[in-house]
Amino acid sequence: MNSVAILTQALEVVAAIALAPMLTGWVNQCRAWLSNRRAPPLLQPYRALRKLLHKDVVLAENASPLFRAVPYILFGAMATAAAIIPSLSTDLPFGTAADAIALVGLFATARVFIALAAMDVGTAFGSLGARREMMIGFLAEPALLMVVFTASLICGSTALPTIAETLVGRSLAIYPSLAFAAVAFVMVALAENARIPIDNPTTHLELTMIHEAMVLEYSGRHLALIEWASALKLFNYACIGIALFGPWGLSGSTAEATSPMLALGLALPVLGLKLMLLGAGLALMETLSAKLRLFRAPEYLAMAFLLGVLGLLVHLLLWGGAQ
Amino acid sequence: MNLPLSAQLIHLLAAVLLLLSFAMLAQRRVLSLVNLFALQGAVLVASTTIVAHSSGQHHLYYSAGLTLLLKVLLLPAILHRLIRRLEVRWDTETLVNIPTTLLIGLAVVIFSFGLAQPISQFAETITRSTLGIAIAMVLLAFLMMIMRRKAVSQVIGFLSMENGLFFAATSATYGMPMVVELGIALDVLVGVFILGIFFFQIREQFESLDLHHLESLKED
Amino acid sequence: MELLIVLGLPLAGAALLALYGARGWATELNVGISLATLLAAAALTARVIAEGPMLALDEQFFVDPFNVFLVALTALVGFTTALFSRPYMRIEQDHGRLNPLRLRLYHSMYQLFMFTMLLALLTNNLGLLWVAMEAATLSTVLLVSLYRTPASLEAAWKYFILCGVGIAQALFGTILLYFAAERVLGSEGMTALLWTHLDAVKGQLEPTVLIIAFVFLLVGYGTKVGLAPLHNWLPDAHAEGPTPVSAVLSGLLLNVALYAVVRCKVLVEGSIRSELPGRMLMVFGLLSVIVAAFLLWRQRDIKRLFGYSSIEHMGIITFAFGMGGAVANFAALLHMTVHSLTKSAIFFAVGHATQKAGTQVIDDIRGLLSLSPAIGWSLMLGGLAILGMPPFGVFASEFLILTTAMRDHPWATPILLLGLAVAFAAIFRKVQPMVFGDPSVNPLPHRPALVPVFVHLGLVLMLGLYIPPFLANWYRLAAALIG
Repeated sequence: MNSVAILTQALEVVAAIALAPMLTGWVNQCRAWLSNRRAPPLLQPYRALRKLLHKDVVLAENASPLFRAVPYILFGAMATAAAIIPSLSTDLPFGTAADAIALVGLFATARVFIALAAMDVGTAFGSLGARREMMIGFLAEPALLMVVFTASLICGSTALPTIAETLVGRSLAIYPSLAFAAVAFVMVALAENARIPIDNPTTHLELTMIHEAMVLEYSGRHLALIEWASALKLFNYACIGIALFGPWGLSGSTAEATSPMLALGLALPVLGLKLMLLGAGLALMETLSAKLRLFRAPEYLAMAFLLGVLGLLVHLLLWGGAQ
Repeated sequence: MNLPLSAQLIHLLAAVLLLLSFAMLAQRRVLSLVNLFALQGAVLVASTTIVAHSSGQHHLYYSAGLTLLLKVLLLPAILHRLIRRLEVRWDTETLVNIPTTLLIGLAVVIFSFGLAQPISQFAETITRSTLGIAIAMVLLAFLMMIMRRKAVSQVIGFLSMENGLFFAATSATYGMPMVVELGIALDVLVGVFILGIFFFQIREQFESLDLHHLESLKED
Repeated sequence: MELLIVLGLPLAGAALLALYGARGWATELNVGISLATLLAAAALTARVIAEGPMLALDEQFFVDPFNVFLVALTALVGFTTALFSRPYMRIEQDHGRLNPLRLRLYHSMYQLFMFTMLLALLTNNLGLLWVAMEAATLSTVLLVSLYRTPASLEAAWKYFILCGVGIAQALFGTILLYFAAERVLGSEGMTALLWTHLDAVKGQLEPTVLIIAFVFLLVGYGTKVGLAPLHNWLPDAHAEGPTPVSAVLSGLLLNVALYAVVRCKVLVEGSIRSELPGRMLMVFGLLSVIVAAFLLWRQRDIKRLFGYSSIEHMGIITFAFGMGGAVANFAALLHMTVHSLTKSAIFFAVGHATQKAGTQVIDDIRGLLSLSPAIGWSLMLGGLAILGMPPFGVFASEFLILTTAMRDHPWATPILLLGLAVAFAAIFRKVQPMVFGDPSVNPLPHRPALVPVFVHLGLVLMLGLYIPPFLANWYRLAAALIG
């Protein structure tokens, strides 16, 4: 572990925190264009955050300390996750501390806390949202794990930086199992980030909302942190996707010898480009598809799980037989 | 452990075939079922052509052509006509709900991979590891026939099973002798015609293509 | 040459009858073609007996004692059934259950069905065998639904789907067999599916693959044999189709399907050098005997009753082939012959009896003997013959099978005896009041064709008392071939 690595690590977390709202803004902009509306400016989420940070916090009378702590826990969990995921470089000191399974656990922890906080105040909407969130979470997690396992089997490691590095280092080959996993991952990511087939991030319709129902009671800087954490979560998922299915252009430990700074400097625009593409793709998907009824959500997630397992099986069969 | 490009492509197509089998299992609309079947046929043609090209077995080109003609063009066209004339476009009822069916399907896939393991050890063809997928396709089609009530979907299951068998033949053995393949193709074609006649007879008698009318002879 | 005539005649007949099958003389033409096929088959048989096994047409066809015996049997029953269906179909037409168009379909499909069965028997190519079996299913599906009643449609649908699925398993088995054979014989020259070539190298085939292939083949063709638990289609198809079709289904198609199973068994047993395939046949056979025997009690439809009886007898034959050895195979072949002859004779008699009564329900058919002694006696005698009463041939073959089982596999004997006893009681109890008892039947507009019935029963009686030396010799050759 050297100073460059530590610097990279710090840069990555800062970049993630700083860029996350911009990704959200970009997606919103694309969605507006696609539906022929006038788009809000790219930096609109930052303005919203600033406005919220300046406002006072209004707490419910019966809110417990947990309710106040959760926004910080949430934000902290997402920032930690950003430190583990190789978004700019694979040479991360934190990367060895936790692998992809721990990452899934980290997301689960965040989910548990926000569900607890939603139930804390005791409003009907809060518990409703929490219940729905837990249902989706418990269906989505196994699917996410299957995706991770497929990639780990191909690369022989569960650590994300190692997976990304192995994929980059290997000559180009067609992995049908990765294709399955990629589709499953997209489905899980949409569900986890409260995007359209499962939840609609822009609606406040009581009967259908999930994420919004949980954060109804928050205000001021708490709400700002939660919104920021959600943006960070989307950013994290995008980076996991990139690390698993398209890691080319990352600055790796191999580049260290020549010029780590140059590689890092190159990785940043590449990441920006990939995120722009992903964001546009997300907006396109959201515009084209309709929200599923809540009761169809288990079916949707079962499909994601199925695809993940299929990816795993296809890998075992096709490559198990070839060895 | 990098395989030649043709083998990689075949693996990819095999995976797609498996995916299509699952899609058929999950599909509720009869019309989409026919389209999926046609798509499955098209993927089969592609994989057969690749096998033919990479192995130099020229008779496989003919069987690919035969498949294209029969399973991509002719049979879906016939089925479309039938569905239009019989007006069975709406959703099909399944006996078990779809997520459960899919989970059973997963178990089936695991079983067939286990079954294929000892056989594919002996294969020398470049595509040997796809045998498990072929078995899975056959069994998934079988599952679909069990789970569906509508006559048309049962027939599509039957045809999809045939697709799986065809894939098994190309993946394990570079195809059967031409005489046999012609015979099989003929049988399938005649079978579909007979079924077409059948649909009309069933509808004439029951005014529906739902097979729960056909359960009076159940006693033993 | 005779071989080509045997195959060509029914095919040409099918085409001819597809054009002219609606004419008044179509029934005679049907009989004529069947007679010519029988004569050609007899010539072929004579030649094989004189000259031994032969191959034809680039080795695609072959004849040995095993299949020529079945060819002769098939042609014979095909001919007598055509003879029977002449008055039967006329009566059906008078009753308004058929119109000329459907009659044309019937005649054409009947000949096509004969062709596919003969093709299945004579081909040397296991792939073609599969194709012919599938074609046999397809040609009979429309025959089963000939009356277009809801019940017959249901039976035909079940028949099509179950046998279609079954036969798809058989195709998979064939693919696996080819897969194993290709490694030994190579894919050039298309010899890897020819039975004679496979038989020559069966010791070198990969045992693991062959045993899996055999499971698929047994399940696949076993569905067509009607082995329990895959027998569901059989009683329905027998009950709802026209009676001549029931007769050929029971008397011929089941045999041909069993023939396919036995051919595969020979290969597999040669490869894996264990008795596992034989054991599997024995288990399936016993299961069929027991299941069918107990289900016989619950039947109210006379044709269903005899459909289940066919399952029982196929179980016995499968069991005998499973035991293997010279005596058991001899007995199995003999039982195949006598069962075909007896069961078709019974269906002929039952056909006329149901036409007289206007129903197939057992309770509504009473007192056949007093109004029509000939039909009554043929049904009674046929019933006694199928139940294995001496001196009929069925007794001889069942006795042989039982004694062999007692010697080699004592554990199976009580099960077999139980099945036979239950079946005996069930059928006897149901047939007896139909023949005797107060009459409830009407006269027929046409003279019934009872010559075939008595020809068949006479042959069965003869086989019970005396097997001509050439026939015995022939059975022995075939039994040795099966091993």
